[in-house]
Amino acid sequence: MQQDAVQGAWVEVERVVLRPEERAPQIPPETRAVPYVLRVSGFLDQEGAKLGDEIGVLTLAGRRLRGRLIAVNPSYRHGFGDTVEELLRIGTEGEPS
Amino acid sequence: MTRDLSHAAVMGRRNAIMQASMGLDYEEFITSPIAFEYERMMERASYPLEEIRRIQRETKVGDTPLYELGRLTHAVRRLSQPGKGARILLKDEATNASGSFKARRASVSVFEAARRGYPGVCAATSGNYGAAVASQAAQRGLKTIILQEVYDSRGVGQPEIVEKGRLCEAYGAEVLKLSVGPELFYYLLVTLEETGFFNASLYTPFGIAGVETLGLEIAEQTRARYGRDPDAVVVTHAGGGNLTGTARGLRKAGAEKTTVVACSVDLAGLHMASDRDFNRKSFTTGHTGFGIPFAVWPDRVDVPRNAARSLRYMDEYHLVSQGEVFYVTELLTKWEGLERGPAGNTSLTAAVALARELPEEHLVVVQETEYTGAGKHHNAQLAFARAMGIEVRRGNPEENVPGERIVIPETLAQVRGRRQDMDGLRVRYVRSALKVLPLDRWTPSDVAFVAQDVQMSTSWVKETAERASREG
Repeated sequence: MQQDAVQGAWVEVERVVLRPEERAPQIPPETRAVPYVLRVSGFLDQEGAKLGDEIGVLTLAGRRLRGRLIAVNPSYRHGFGDTVEELLRIGTEGEPS
Repeated sequence: MTRDLSHAAVMGRRNAIMQASMGLDYEEFITSPIAFEYERMMERASYPLEEIRRIQRETKVGDTPLYELGRLTHAVRRLSQPGKGARILLKDEATNASGSFKARRASVSVFEAARRGYPGVCAATSGNYGAAVASQAAQRGLKTIILQEVYDSRGVGQPEIVEKGRLCEAYGAEVLKLSVGPELFYYLLVTLEETGFFNASLYTPFGIAGVETLGLEIAEQTRARYGRDPDAVVVTHAGGGNLTGTARGLRKAGAEKTTVVACSVDLAGLHMASDRDFNRKSFTTGHTGFGIPFAVWPDRVDVPRNAARSLRYMDEYHLVSQGEVFYVTELLTKWEGLERGPAGNTSLTAAVALARELPEEHLVVVQETEYTGAGKHHNAQLAFARAMGIEVRRGNPEENVPGERIVIPETLAQVRGRRQDMDGLRVRYVRSALKVLPLDRWTPSDVAFVAQDVQMSTSWVKETAERASREG
């Protein structure tokens, strides 16, 4: 992954919205033990930045938001996953159709 | 002046924020802590059905095809007693702009936001609704902010939710990706207050009225093609909006005798606000984690009163296992030549089980599909489940344990679903109402409201409430 971002680059920032002690009442202990975190992508709204810097971004809705730079050119990597062989035979097993 | 953004302070301002962000004053309809004038609210705060149809046609929503599932129907008949095996029909809602029935739900809210001059719309959702709002807003030139619960504390997200976030961004939305927790609502309030955007909540009269066209189209299509009303319409049930809107549309079309069947994936044992369980569900919606709480108490949402009131319209409630849904999703692909997303196939699974019990001449309508693709595919969900340490195998679906073991049926005969006890749900609704308002403060209009909400007589409501109060 790229380390530095130039002005206008598509980046992702992260920010703690609520620390564990600030979270809502009545949530399970394992959820309460961790902070409530926001991530959002936008265009870098300053001259340049390195991963970990506190920066501003301009979002797709045109809002200026701030956070810690965690990714430059963040990309979607989700796919179809490893083939689940059990699915392949369904519908071809001589079912009564 | 700096606003106090603590959880307690923002929640304290919720009513003022809601009212400003919707231009709808719920106080006008509320008559007690549990009751409100539901029909008057639906009438006043929305549009007539023909007007909604016009609004939806402007933005590529509705008029979706109704397909007959020939091979699946034939296979069900082979398993059924002689004369049984209803015809299974499928409403292909994936063909709406943005790929799901949620476009109906978003369309009227976004139209309303534009008409009232809001600069943009906000919605808190990890489902197809986000993309629906973004797609509708894009067409009407409004900005969109979607708040999604995406990640656990390790930053891992279910592939299906990640895909839904991608689609929102593809339609030009700002996507606020949040970690696990009920504070999504808190952050929606913060965002509404900051932006002055319209709250395109799933649970407003606009959202529900938008789905009424779905029920109307189903009745029109089965009448035109088969000369009869649908005998049963099966609805994937989570928050209750899909069921409420569809059932209201069927009634407005005059299909009074159609049985409205709810169906959810059984996720018993998994906690919805748990950072650990979050990525072990293998379904993002249409499951019991929403379906049961919303049936037994609808007023748990991001607006003062919920326009989605499922028990008012639900005749039956079936649960199906994760493995059963994945199996039927695969059959839809291989036998019917339609590859669709797994969440929308929950109701198809219940329909297969139901069709076995009904006469051949009956029509069972599965009222939605959803788009499929990377992340949002049953192979992706099962591969992800395996990576999370969940066992996946073929076998008897009764051995399916949510979060631990997904058992995919070996034969169609094993797809049975499980009917729930409707009276049990109604009693739980009455108990929920008693927690909000003790029985000694109930007026006759509260009793009448509850009776309508659970489709029972006022004397049943009184007796049930008295018994529940005695038992504590």
